[in-house]
Amino acid sequence: MSQAAQTISDRSTVEIQRRAMAGSLQRILRYSVMRLAVLFFTVVAGVYITIMVANMGGVVDKFRKAEIREGVQASMMGNLALRNMTPEERAAEMEKRIAIAEKSAGLDQPFIIRSFNYLSRALTLNFGRSEFLASDSGSAQVRLIILERLPPTLLLFGTTNFILFFLEILIALNLSRHYGSFWDKFFIAMSPTSAAPGWFFGIFLLLIFAALLQWLPFGGMVSAPPPEDTLGYALSLLEHMILPIAAITLSALFISVYNWRTFFLIYSSEDYVDVAKAKGLTNRDIERRYILRPTLPNIITTFAFFLIGSWTGAPIFESVFSWPGLGQTFITAVGLTDTPVIVASTVIFGYLLAITVFLLDFIYALVDPRVKVGGGEAKS
Amino acid sequence: MKGLKQTLRELGRYPSAVAGLIIIMILLGISIYAPIAMPYSEAVSLWRSDENVWYRNPKFAPPAWTNWFRSEKLATSFAMGTEDGTIKKEVIEGETTKTINMVFPFDFTADTFPDELSIFFKSNFKEKEPFASVTWITPDGREIRVGDVSLGATETYRISQDEKLKRRLGGLDPQMGLFVVDPKAKDVLVMQNGRYELRVSVVSFEKDADVDAEFVFYGQVHGWFGTDHMRRDLGVALLWGTPIALAFGLVASLTTTVAHLIIAAIGVWYGGWIDELIQRITEVNLVIPFLPILIMIGTLYSRSIFVLFGATILLSLFGGAIKSLRATFMQIKEAPYVEAARSYGASNWRIILQYLIPRLIPLLVPALVTAIPGYVFLEASLAVLGLGDPILPTWGKLINDASSNGALYKGLYYWVLEPAVLLMIAGLAFAMLGFSLDRIFNPRLRGN
Repeated sequence: MSQAAQTISDRSTVEIQRRAMAGSLQRILRYSVMRLAVLFFTVVAGVYITIMVANMGGVVDKFRKAEIREGVQASMMGNLALRNMTPEERAAEMEKRIAIAEKSAGLDQPFIIRSFNYLSRALTLNFGRSEFLASDSGSAQVRLIILERLPPTLLLFGTTNFILFFLEILIALNLSRHYGSFWDKFFIAMSPTSAAPGWFFGIFLLLIFAALLQWLPFGGMVSAPPPEDTLGYALSLLEHMILPIAAITLSALFISVYNWRTFFLIYSSEDYVDVAKAKGLTNRDIERRYILRPTLPNIITTFAFFLIGSWTGAPIFESVFSWPGLGQTFITAVGLTDTPVIVASTVIFGYLLAITVFLLDFIYALVDPRVKVGGGEAKS
Repeated sequence: MKGLKQTLRELGRYPSAVAGLIIIMILLGISIYAPIAMPYSEAVSLWRSDENVWYRNPKFAPPAWTNWFRSEKLATSFAMGTEDGTIKKEVIEGETTKTINMVFPFDFTADTFPDELSIFFKSNFKEKEPFASVTWITPDGREIRVGDVSLGATETYRISQDEKLKRRLGGLDPQMGLFVVDPKAKDVLVMQNGRYELRVSVVSFEKDADVDAEFVFYGQVHGWFGTDHMRRDLGVALLWGTPIALAFGLVASLTTTVAHLIIAAIGVWYGGWIDELIQRITEVNLVIPFLPILIMIGTLYSRSIFVLFGATILLSLFGGAIKSLRATFMQIKEAPYVEAARSYGASNWRIILQYLIPRLIPLLVPALVTAIPGYVFLEASLAVLGLGDPILPTWGKLINDASSNGALYKGLYYWVLEPAVLLMIAGLAFAMLGFSLDRIFNPRLRGN
């Protein structure tokens, strides 16, 4: 082969590589835009449905108008200055005041327009002011209300999910190593108990440890009045977190361990694991390279959804333990038909979910060389 | 049906599946028994009625069997009366009057005094009110005059609140004084167990007048299931909660599973934009918060179990299961044996019934059974939030009543435990069966 030909072929290889790079970049870009558009539409649809339900398709407006009318009537009855008016004048005055009050509440527009206003404001995270609820500091800013309730929820569910996630992977790995042992059978036998939700175990735990033994508090986040010093506060917080964490762990641990264990077992029966064993690799190496590595996408997915789950809280669970988090706020907001608060918590959840789903595609491609961003769907 | 027989035989190898099946059978039996023993309308009206129906029961009474685990036996509530024929009336006709004698004998074996003693009279007369005198016979043969009452059409004589009797008993409350050897010896009250008799003698001044009486002994424990804050027997809700819970779980699970199957099949069969649409709806459904929407519907629209059931179904129609079913359908659609069937001219129905559905049963049946507890607990969860059906007695509503009345603080554990244990048993039974089915149908999941 001559020198010239060599250079040409080198150049063409570089050219091909460059073109391939550009091609995959273009594919990734096109895919990202498409995917983001679809996900955004999904969030929009989900949030709009929530808005419709939260307003009962506009019926809530009628309630609110009736309330305004009643309020104006009551205030005019007590107003001595209006005594001298003729009935007609008074009726006209009343209608005028009602119209003003309705306008200030934004009720003068038809509901369908207002529902889109809600939607656009929600999607731009411009949550505005709540209608009834107030934060502990007295603010009616929905953003502040949610920011105030978020830390307790994040603290409880974040801690729990974090503990749970690592606990279940570790236990499952251990069980898959000792397949058929007593503990393996124990976890299989216990897995049906996970049919019961966390609050249900919470009731049993409260009964035993709070009512019967009186070791731990019945609920709440800190004892009342809250301890002054930081250490006392932290200890009280810890004391109040034991039962909720135990309840969630009890309800989720067994089934998750069972699922992971089965999953790991399936992967450890692959031929390449047998080959690795035959090569004489240590158990640690086999687990790290041949079992955990291919299951990494699933592990990451679970972890991501665990993280999202920490944001929404759990309405029932929080009310059983009187935990002052987002879930309880949501129930209060629904009870008062406080649409801005309801919609805000849905939007945050929707966005988080969409972003996670979007990012997961890329993370899969990063950790698993078999996956191509935007390449998977085309074939199916 | 060879498959079914074989499945059953294989299920027999799993003890948890057998236990689950037995429990499910028992629960189904109770569900069939409930409407026979107590028609729906009767159960609902009983559960919604007030003290006029439940006056015979004490409030907050644990079940009587809790005495088995107590060293100090609590007094068991009971009621006996002439109306249902358990107590015979002895009528003595005089010249101008008529005397009706009623004797209420009972054995008293408890270590605690009753909370209250009352007699409820119902009389039937034209002008002159009948007159009742009540006496008390202790096991050692002492006769204590309890009191006299003139009877209106309905009259309640609360023995335990009779101040005159209390004075006669040396200032001791009648529900205690009547059960001790010597009421006057105040510092050493000795309780007397044995056979007591309450004698009621009614004198009427009209020949055709009639009187019925009912003696109610309010103890601290009551019946098999105990009572709540409204004196209601928890048994009604426990019994009727069974068919409601099972029906909710079974129907919801069956509907959603079959719907998932059909929707996934339609998507794969037609492909194109229909498939695309179904996929997108499934994703939107993922964003809609399930429980919050149900809470909103329960609070804003209606707490009727049918509305919430409908909403549950609607929100689960496009569940995540569609994705995995779709993947399986895709595989099957392309499978060579389906192509072979097509090529020899098998009809669409033959392919669907003989080739497609059998392949899906292993996925479907365990999913169906395993999904049941989720819906059973969903119904209970909504009830615990106070969104239970306003008229139906359910397990979840018992837990809600108990927690809103502070049952755990007050130590009324039976109130929470009875419905909770039933929920747990029902949930576990279906879960155990479902898990075993899963392992039978999908042997790969066994892990070896």
